[in-house]
Amino acid sequence: MAEFRHKHIIALRDLSKEDIELLISTAESMREINSRDIKKVPTLRGKTIINLFYEASTRTRTSFEIAGKRLSADTVNITTSSSSATKGETLSDTALNLLAMKPDIIVMRHSVSGSHYFLANKINCSIINAGDGAHEHPSQGLLDMLTMKDRYGRLDGLKVAIVGDITHSRVARSNIQGLTKLGSSVFLAGPPTMLPPGVEKLGNVTVCATMNEALQDADVVMMLRIQQERQGKSLMPNAREYSRYFGLNPNNIKLAKPNAMVMHPGPINRGVEMSSSTVDGDQSWILKQVENGVAVRMAMLYHVCGGELGE
Amino acid sequence: MNLLIKNGRVIDPSQKIDDTLDVLVENGLVKEIGTALAAPTGAEIIDATGKFVVPGLIDMHVHLRDPGLEYKEDIISGTKAAVAGGFTSICCMPNTKPTIDNKAIVSYIINKAKAEGFCNVFPVGSITCGLSGERMSEMGELKEAGCVAVSDDGKPVNNSELMMRSLQYAAGIGIMVISHAEELQLVGEGTMNEGFTSTELGLKGIPRVAEDIATARETMLAEYTGTPIHIAHVSTKGAVRIIREARVRGVKVTCETAPHYFTLTDDAVRGYNTNAKMNPPLREADDVAAIKEGLQDGTIDAIATDHAPHHIDEKDVEFNVAMNGIIGLETSLPLSLKLVEDGVLTLNQLVAAMSCAPSTILNLDRGTLAAGSVADITLIDPDIEWVVEADKLASKSKNSPFLGWRMKGAAAVTVVSGKVVHRR
Repeated sequence: MAEFRHKHIIALRDLSKEDIELLISTAESMREINSRDIKKVPTLRGKTIINLFYEASTRTRTSFEIAGKRLSADTVNITTSSSSATKGETLSDTALNLLAMKPDIIVMRHSVSGSHYFLANKINCSIINAGDGAHEHPSQGLLDMLTMKDRYGRLDGLKVAIVGDITHSRVARSNIQGLTKLGSSVFLAGPPTMLPPGVEKLGNVTVCATMNEALQDADVVMMLRIQQERQGKSLMPNAREYSRYFGLNPNNIKLAKPNAMVMHPGPINRGVEMSSSTVDGDQSWILKQVENGVAVRMAMLYHVCGGELGE
Repeated sequence: MNLLIKNGRVIDPSQKIDDTLDVLVENGLVKEIGTALAAPTGAEIIDATGKFVVPGLIDMHVHLRDPGLEYKEDIISGTKAAVAGGFTSICCMPNTKPTIDNKAIVSYIINKAKAEGFCNVFPVGSITCGLSGERMSEMGELKEAGCVAVSDDGKPVNNSELMMRSLQYAAGIGIMVISHAEELQLVGEGTMNEGFTSTELGLKGIPRVAEDIATARETMLAEYTGTPIHIAHVSTKGAVRIIREARVRGVKVTCETAPHYFTLTDDAVRGYNTNAKMNPPLREADDVAAIKEGLQDGTIDAIATDHAPHHIDEKDVEFNVAMNGIIGLETSLPLSLKLVEDGVLTLNQLVAAMSCAPSTILNLDRGTLAAGSVADITLIDPDIEWVVEADKLASKSKNSPFLGWRMKGAAAVTVVSGKVVHRR
């Protein structure tokens, strides 16, 4: 089996094709644990994981917590409301104080792009990025790829349409990095105000003039959440008009390949980026993504610990 | 103490001199330039063989942080860094605490610089009281107290009417207005140049047009009112073009750029390097090319550093949180000499940009080695190679993107009013 040499997982940009394949294949084997009656193995027994979340999160934080617990690690959650951030302590000081308690892994979400690199230079435990600003969200990218692999048995040669606010999306960036390395091609669509300059140079990326163009013959349609909390007020007129041109509905979904898979990183604004019928329809893989999230995060925790698989 | 600087290559664009000559300094003034000058009794003789002897360098854009922010820099450490970098005069920006918007602060700076500083310090007062952007400072009193210009540097005067009236009022007094040209709404929450690098790093970008629009506004206001204006730290291709076109029309606009804008691109931000974070931000390769072209054809008059010291605690943080700005006094000369080595500028152009032009723009009575002028002189060793190391910098702050860089050229000797204040 290939070896995983990274102490941290901060961005899929930093990982090789082989690294990503290894994480995905480990995640595939982790799934077996999740289907057991007693969903726990002793692999990370005695390891301490701190989930340090500077931004609100339900899905990702819960998923990392469950992943750690299923591997028998001790997990502690810290969220901004209970942290020192509100008391004016710097990120660096918070991390050094947590480090003094000897954790093995810090899983962090932070609103500032690049914060994890900043921390990685200061502390000696492993760091896993659970989302940084508009930079990357590697666990999401990996679980998305695992889900695509579930459907197609491969990632090579897939046409993946990503539609929405690319500028503010760390999910899009991680998918672009990962999918390009594994041989898929990415087609982006969104209002020009939400397409950042030079995005086509990030990987095997084509920027489409319309959503229909991106959907045409796609194997995968990935819809992004319109992140109201992050965007300025001048990026689009309103949700109604956005939905008209960049929402997925029962009509435009027909442009994609028959039975193409529909994905969304959540949380969904129903009726804005996706009609409810497409969220809940036969082509939706959205809940499978969430399910795969636990296995992918187990694989990430396992590999940064450099551990051997136990029993 | 009298000085005889012998056998140097004397370059003084103000007198069109470029020859191997001796410079005699007596009683703090340049006495004579000539060949085989005899040393008066007791004069120190400096052998300048292989060195350039030029009018003392002038940095018209420095943040000294004194008063109020002395933990970053003060007049003593800042002027020490200046003379180490070859500067004999620096202009200090008004965003101190309190603001340089009244006579008391101006006097404090001038007095402290005279008593404890190593070089001339010419304060720049604020255009608006407290940099509020709301009402004009008492520019007349500021000028009388010793200010050589007014500026709200760090931010633009957003209100176009107030800017126009300030230009008119300042022209009446005879004081230069220095503009920080940025359209703030386009800057928004941006933290670096908007382009491919910001896309990849997921950082909010500042579009170049934010500077272009503001530069266009300033030139149009200056054109309409017929008054002079100086644009600080030009960083974009668009701004260079706008200034060039305005000058062709006869607009009295001058400008400066900084060494980082002709040396680095926004690639330097990769790795979320907060020492590559400044305002305006590092731009792209075609901007760097345009800045060099602007220096070459004279559109850009001056090289200034925008020396902006910040404490390590203000830089060793997440990228978005880090303060804007880098130090520059001790790296400006070698980075600028590189332009000569690369054939972008002649040595005469370089000396003009780093000494004569700032003096002319701000009416400083410096920037020349003419007989009778104040003996502010820089001896440049063009060949010496050295590495930028934090603990060897005189500045209190170490926020430089050039740490670890190998440099060529340095100030060998810096002379202020006939007195040797730095020797390498």
